[in-house]
Amino acid sequence: MHTKTLTELKAGLANRDFSSRELTEHFLARIQQYDGELNSFITVTADTALAQADAADAALAAGNAGLLTGLPIAHKDIFCTEGVRTSCGSKMLDTFIAPYTATVVEKMAAEGAVMLGKTNMDEFAMGSSNETSYYGPVKNPWDLERVPGGSSGGAAACLGARLAPGATGTDTGGSIRQPAALNNITGLKPTYGRVSRWGMIAFASSLDQAGPMGQSAEDCALMLQAMAGHDHRDSTSLNEKVDDYLGALSGDISGLTIGIPEEFFPDTLDGAIADNSREAIRELEKLGAKVVSVSLPSIKLSVPAYYVIAPAEASSNLSRFDGVRFGHRCEDPQDLEDLYKRSRSEGFGDEVKRRILVGTYALSAGYYDAYYRRAQQVRRLIRDDFARAFEKVDVLMGPTAPETAFKLGDKKDDPVSMYMADVFTIGVNLAGLPALSMPTGFINGLPTGTQIIGNYFREGQILNVAHKYQQATDWHKQAPAFGGEQ
Amino acid sequence: MSWEVVIGLEIHVQLNTNSKLFSGSKLSTGAEPNTQASLVDLGMPGTLPVVNREAVRKAALFGLAINADICRHSVFERKNYFYPDLPKGYQTTQLAEPIVGAGEVEIQLESGEKKIVRIHHAHLEEDAGKSLHEDFHGMTGIDLNRAGTPLIEVVTEPDMRNAEEAVAFARKLHAIVTSIGICDGDMSQGNMRFDVNVSIRKPGEPLGTRTETKNLNSFRFMEKAIKLEVERQIDVLEDGGEIVQETRLYNGDTHTARSMRSKEDANDYRYFPCPDLLPVAITDKDIETLKAAMPELPGARKERFMADYQLSDYDADLLSGSIATAAFFEGAAKAGGDAKLAANWVMGELAAKLNADEKDITDSPVSAEQLGQLIARLKDGTISSKIAKQVFEACWAGEGDPDAIIEAKGLKQMSDSGELEKIVDDIIANNTPQVEDYRNSDDAKKKKKIGFFVGQAMKATQGKANPQQLNQLLKDKLEK
Repeated sequence: MHTKTLTELKAGLANRDFSSRELTEHFLARIQQYDGELNSFITVTADTALAQADAADAALAAGNAGLLTGLPIAHKDIFCTEGVRTSCGSKMLDTFIAPYTATVVEKMAAEGAVMLGKTNMDEFAMGSSNETSYYGPVKNPWDLERVPGGSSGGAAACLGARLAPGATGTDTGGSIRQPAALNNITGLKPTYGRVSRWGMIAFASSLDQAGPMGQSAEDCALMLQAMAGHDHRDSTSLNEKVDDYLGALSGDISGLTIGIPEEFFPDTLDGAIADNSREAIRELEKLGAKVVSVSLPSIKLSVPAYYVIAPAEASSNLSRFDGVRFGHRCEDPQDLEDLYKRSRSEGFGDEVKRRILVGTYALSAGYYDAYYRRAQQVRRLIRDDFARAFEKVDVLMGPTAPETAFKLGDKKDDPVSMYMADVFTIGVNLAGLPALSMPTGFINGLPTGTQIIGNYFREGQILNVAHKYQQATDWHKQAPAFGGEQ
Repeated sequence: MSWEVVIGLEIHVQLNTNSKLFSGSKLSTGAEPNTQASLVDLGMPGTLPVVNREAVRKAALFGLAINADICRHSVFERKNYFYPDLPKGYQTTQLAEPIVGAGEVEIQLESGEKKIVRIHHAHLEEDAGKSLHEDFHGMTGIDLNRAGTPLIEVVTEPDMRNAEEAVAFARKLHAIVTSIGICDGDMSQGNMRFDVNVSIRKPGEPLGTRTETKNLNSFRFMEKAIKLEVERQIDVLEDGGEIVQETRLYNGDTHTARSMRSKEDANDYRYFPCPDLLPVAITDKDIETLKAAMPELPGARKERFMADYQLSDYDADLLSGSIATAAFFEGAAKAGGDAKLAANWVMGELAAKLNADEKDITDSPVSAEQLGQLIARLKDGTISSKIAKQVFEACWAGEGDPDAIIEAKGLKQMSDSGELEKIVDDIIANNTPQVEDYRNSDDAKKKKKIGFFVGQAMKATQGKANPQQLNQLLKDKLEK
């Protein structure tokens, strides 16, 4: 059952080939069997999953199934789930039981989804390797000595290993797309504001966006259909009609113009990575798309701009973790300052502290103009670059990540080299655009992915392009030999 | 050469919206701690703010009331600092683009002199919670009911030159915000809180170093705190010292102040635009709607009082100053049918009693209708002004409406001239020496000596005699 896509499982449930309970038990068993090695889940919610599965079976029997009824989904542990620990990968929230549920989780549950558990992630979504998690690193199912990428590394790894058929992730600078590429799965970061941020623990509020991760573009379309929509509790959520994403998967890409930003293929890029993405683009050209070259001159500034804006927002967003109302509190504080200092020193890991320091510095009196204001100006330039490109093309394509999965520990002490893992994904977050990463082959046995970037609210179009590619190729169907069965 | 005092104010005005600035929680009034605090107010991870349009509307209304420009896209920013009653670790406020731009407020001093105080800007922000230091055995309790309460912070230019001007401004601001209905104006509940910035200089010199005394919650404390600080600064400078830029705390009970923190200890608040909130848009249409619904402002009300009730400039200013006083006055004037009498009573007897009992006019035991009734009885001659005071006291003590009191106590003025004539005749008959003495006096002395007979008559009538009638009768009879 686990080799099937979410879409196929949905059909199987509708067809009564198996029940949601059987399906859920199957995936819970796989998690039980294999996740000790993989470490992709922080919390497995077996009891509630089975209860939800039974309810789903009843709904299926009664003929009032929703979009996702009976389908097991793994939620990133950044989404608040009432009554369940929501750790955000941090010691700070190791004991935090959320008193409410995030909109994304709520909407998917309303469509009948079964929650398998909460997936591992870089602490507070800060990282590109999942090594910053308080719960230990997640392993890449294609090579257990390698990282799964991050920060949605647990989600990507459990999908890659087929421990779950669908998952949610969040993407602040590439946290859905880069791990998707490194685990041979498909992941979509929607337009900023398309999916509600209510209940999603904030890293960098102006960049964070939740999205679906799955085996295929079709699966992502199915999940996005349930996730997307305006939420009055999130002022940055946009009151735009939600498109019919499944309906958008026409498989017709005639007349489509693909832009190749020259900046996504710099001379310094690993030739194998460049070739892989060019090959994927060529495939779409064969399938009817037109390909032109474009330029995004300011995109080279995206990493420095991002590493000012994101830490600046994070330094403020993480101020609420002070040991006063929730989260880790140090033992026996001597006074208020001691309470703050020790609770935060003990509760946060190194990467989180590093970013709080960077962000605090960037916002400080005397530095604000040189860093934060300047970064916001760069952000506008990047947005303008994309806008100009989208006057000429429908989508932009290039490699998702500059390399395949690296070895655990390789970059742990070199934050700047780690930050460069997001060089192709960050610009999209700064501009607020939607983008998808899809599997486009292997380099030395490790998966690699190609990114499709669309204009605002063109998720349907991106998904259709990926769907067309996946109809013609089978890279996305490859699964690791993990667990011994295919 | 004497010192010139320079004062600027920052006033926190609590908006009387139904819910908080960024959450749906009700505003707290004496609720159990932490019962009016939602997930958003608690700063729970993953929660987000949604701006309360009613608070925006009220802030903009204030801007229009002081002739300020309304910012069409004002921006909320985060002011970052750690404090236990600040749940998110930042206060959501406005800095670079506040909703209300520069405006002005006219004040009137006791001398009758008028003066413009310029408003630098006013911005919307959320209040913090409260730290409770008692009853927790050396620990601190946190009550987040107040967290997220909408405030506008009004910032003046340093245009005031003494405590009197500062208080006049504060009172005028109170009148404006209560008149336009954006603030309940209850100072005892912290509805308005004042921070005063004070510096002194020799006239003509650049501004001196200022200090800020924070969180003054009454006009009286503000006045006292300013005077105290001015004295302190003069002492320091005249002793050859220097003023240190610092934040000070005033203790109203002991009438002392102390330094809370110096500039060196000041936080770097690391303001930046709040990424969870879009700029607050206000359209031309919104402005037109607000203007059309603008309630009468204190200035306009004063003009109306002068024109409609023939009140003096000073009386009109005093009575229009607070919407509650204005409403009380107009209610009494209408019920009593005499504005001048109503004005005198509201500013005289009533104000004195309220002051003595430390009561607000909204809590006056004598209602406007009751005072009106009293005035009506005074006007139609049922009671004398002396008796009126007695009736007022009884009414204040809760003995009922003036009519009922007059009836119950038999305080009706004696208007039957036959009855009064008989009493006067008796007095003349029983006080022959005094009558003789009177008759032998010159006109000037007679005016004094008639007092004895008036006194006797009042005693005999228990004060119910109509004074004019009595005087006339006595004169007529004594001259015979």
